Amino acid sequence: MNIQAMANEIPAEGEHSIEGIDFITSGDQYLTFTLSHERYAVDILCVEEIRSWERPTIIPNSPTYIQGVINMRGVIVPIIDLRLKFSIGEASYTETTVVIVLTYQDDDASRTMGFVVDAVSDVLNVEAEEIKPAPQFGGCVPPQYIEGLINAEANVVTLLNVANLQLLEKDDNHA
Amino acid sequence: MTVDLSQFIPSFLEESFEGLELMESGLLNLQEGDSELIHSIFRAAHSIKGGAGTFGFENVTDFTHLVETLLDEMRDGRREITSEDTEILLESVDCIRLLIEAARDGEEYDNEKIEQTSKRLTATLDGKDNSKEACVNTEEVIKSPNDVEYLIHFVPELSLAKTGNDPIFLFTALAELGVLTIEADSSSLPALNDIDPLELYLSWQLKLISSASIDDIKEIFEWVEDECELDIIIIDKDNSAPSSTVQDAEQSSNEQVKEVKETQEVEVSSLTDTPNPSEVTKESTAAIKPKAKSDVGSIRVGVDKVDSLINLVGELVITQSMLSELGSDFDMSKVDRLTNGLEQLLQNTKELQESVMRIRMLPISFAFNRFPRLVHDLANKTGKDMELVIKGEQTELDKTVMEQIGDPLVHLIRNAVDHGIESSEVRLANGKPKQGVISLDAYHQGGNIVIEISDDGGGIDRENVFSKAVEKGLVDANATLTDSQVYDLLFEPGFSTAAEVTDISGRGVGMDVVKRNIQALGGRIQVDSTPGEGSTFKVNLPLTLAILDGQLVKVGTETYIIPLISIVESLQIEKEFLNRVSGDMDLYRLRDDNVPILPIYQLFNINTQCTDLDNALLVVVESDGQKVGLMVDDLLAQQQVVIKSLKDNYQQVLGISGATILGDGSVAMILDIPGMIQMALEKAQRIQLKKYPNHTDKVGEYI
Repeated sequence: MNIQAMANEIPAEGEHSIEGIDFITSGDQYLTFTLSHERYAVDILCVEEIRSWERPTIIPNSPTYIQGVINMRGVIVPIIDLRLKFSIGEASYTETTVVIVLTYQDDDASRTMGFVVDAVSDVLNVEAEEIKPAPQFGGCVPPQYIEGLINAEANVVTLLNVANLQLLEKDDNHA
Repeated sequence: MTVDLSQFIPSFLEESFEGLELMESGLLNLQEGDSELIHSIFRAAHSIKGGAGTFGFENVTDFTHLVETLLDEMRDGRREITSEDTEILLESVDCIRLLIEAARDGEEYDNEKIEQTSKRLTATLDGKDNSKEACVNTEEVIKSPNDVEYLIHFVPELSLAKTGNDPIFLFTALAELGVLTIEADSSSLPALNDIDPLELYLSWQLKLISSASIDDIKEIFEWVEDECELDIIIIDKDNSAPSSTVQDAEQSSNEQVKEVKETQEVEVSSLTDTPNPSEVTKESTAAIKPKAKSDVGSIRVGVDKVDSLINLVGELVITQSMLSELGSDFDMSKVDRLTNGLEQLLQNTKELQESVMRIRMLPISFAFNRFPRLVHDLANKTGKDMELVIKGEQTELDKTVMEQIGDPLVHLIRNAVDHGIESSEVRLANGKPKQGVISLDAYHQGGNIVIEISDDGGGIDRENVFSKAVEKGLVDANATLTDSQVYDLLFEPGFSTAAEVTDISGRGVGMDVVKRNIQALGGRIQVDSTPGEGSTFKVNLPLTLAILDGQLVKVGTETYIIPLISIVESLQIEKEFLNRVSGDMDLYRLRDDNVPILPIYQLFNINTQCTDLDNALLVVVESDGQKVGLMVDDLLAQQQVVIKSLKDNYQQVLGISGATILGDGSVAMILDIPGMIQMALEKAQRIQLKKYPNHTDKVGEYI
């Protein structure tokens, strides 16, 4: 399913209904997913598509969290396992394991990468002021990847920075 | 009628660059009496000038005008063709190129150089005027600083506007030359019912007060002169010309502008504010700037290539309809026809692929064309006498490869001029002809193109290279190297044997870059040299960067592709030829060579069952004259693969040159043989460093 196309259909503000489902949109939309028992979110406009897990082709001598590359309609897309990258939970590959393909458009280039997560949950509508800074108390996820925290009912969702997620592995490789 | 001219700028630029190339090669071959050649040079200059004027690149127009005047004199036989003039003209070609490039990129240009050259041009032109016959042509009279009044009678044909010409542009151009008074004659205008809106019924009387020559004015009408009646009469001020306009001319310019407004019946927009050409230029260059940044480039393709493509597509359609008809009611009795059909489809696809690739192919003359000029300039600079012989310029090469091979070739040629060819005295003393020969040859060999740059100079001094390398610490003084290993040292960074640094070469940067560029294109470079007889640099390049012939191999669960070009042979290891030497290194005796074995599973950390050397499959590959045996689990098919970059979404991976998508949709990595050898070297060095941390000598320089 193509989330991008769906997201484009939904106007940013107001009450709407698509295929009988009523909903209200306001603010920005974020796609949430789970890693182990924790919830994370990314800007939905960066999401290219959500695919089921397939075994990628190994990139020789790459860090373990880089699972390899896949062919997405003729484009070679690297696959990164976020669970391994952030050391959260077990990197198991089951039927519900999905790959979120994110495209980040830079000034001069765009990069497309797939990220392995345990499951995709839902889409959050969040106003900018609802995003709170994350406390600097350690944790496995390095701070440069965290944009902020979002309260979703009883849960706290960590909002990730897509640009930094895609840049990182150059530094990691040399480390 | 307003047309957005900016859309034609890219094709103007392209044509101009082609014109410049034509001028350059023409000038280099220019000899007295070759009127056809002068004509073609003149035509090239003229169309650049015309086009530049149309698009408002006035600096180009002005400069080219000088060049054209000089060429015109040569064309008419009024001026002898001397080498000095040719030199100035060549320099002017450079200047025009500079100006056009500046116009394209909307950047500043080296004004000083342009001015200097244009001064020299003017001086050359004047020099002719002062000396020689007193050929009093109108030009000379008009060159006096005083303004002259012209009376221009311009009666265009009815169809003038249909040819894309607009009198307003002509008048605007005239107005830039001086003060212009326009009077339209509408007497031949038919009744409204009879008017064909596409035809031009007006004629004009123009009065121009300007210091420009009559040729300048004719120039403006050059594009329309066949489609109009044009009379240009000079009313000299000193003559007691009867008309009252003479007095008008002596009035202040303000009043004249007023008069223009009063008398003109055709509103010439922006007529009064055009005398600020710099602003116009700025505007137009700013407009094209974004286009130049995202330079997509274009190819001119011969019609025959397109026709053959269309033919092939036609055949493909036929095959497709044949197959789908077969599929609509298929039973086993038709299996033969199906196999035939599929075979035909395979053939069609292959031919189509080749045909599409051919579209990207250009004759290498595009890259070679600039070298005669380069050698000519370098010969002047160094004072050496030499000629360049070009062969095989029709050999075709992929456009991308061509663009990237230009600079390395320039470097190799500079090198041949500076280090290769000796001075005339030395040559004569050695019993060689005075004139040195640098030859440039291109030909196809297998799936590769080979470019040879050879000179008949002194050759490479093996001892000199070796001692320099020892001095720089690149090799051990006691090492025994083969000739080719010594020549390879030339490509080491920072290496130079030139006794003194010249501005041509000798700084020791360059040859390593040349090698790196060639390797980046998937090619290799070899050097061959005979002392006293000259050296040859042989550049081997793949024909295209997009498609590669590959051997598919299996290692563990992964499929890899080894470029066919680097494979020497594939074999099954026989135990008796296996040798373990120097501790931990496995060598395989291949006839006289000892080939080190690199198991891919070790290099890439892949799990596999096949770790036993005995009876394993070995693909012997070669890079830089170094042979290694890659151990693989299995050999699969050979096929052509489309190269996809890993860099787009990821980054360069050591030992991998790219990826491709196989028939089943999965991704396979393409091996980068030089990179893998490098990896193995570094790995060996790390191990040795670990074992002997104090032993810091360069070990493993040659595996």
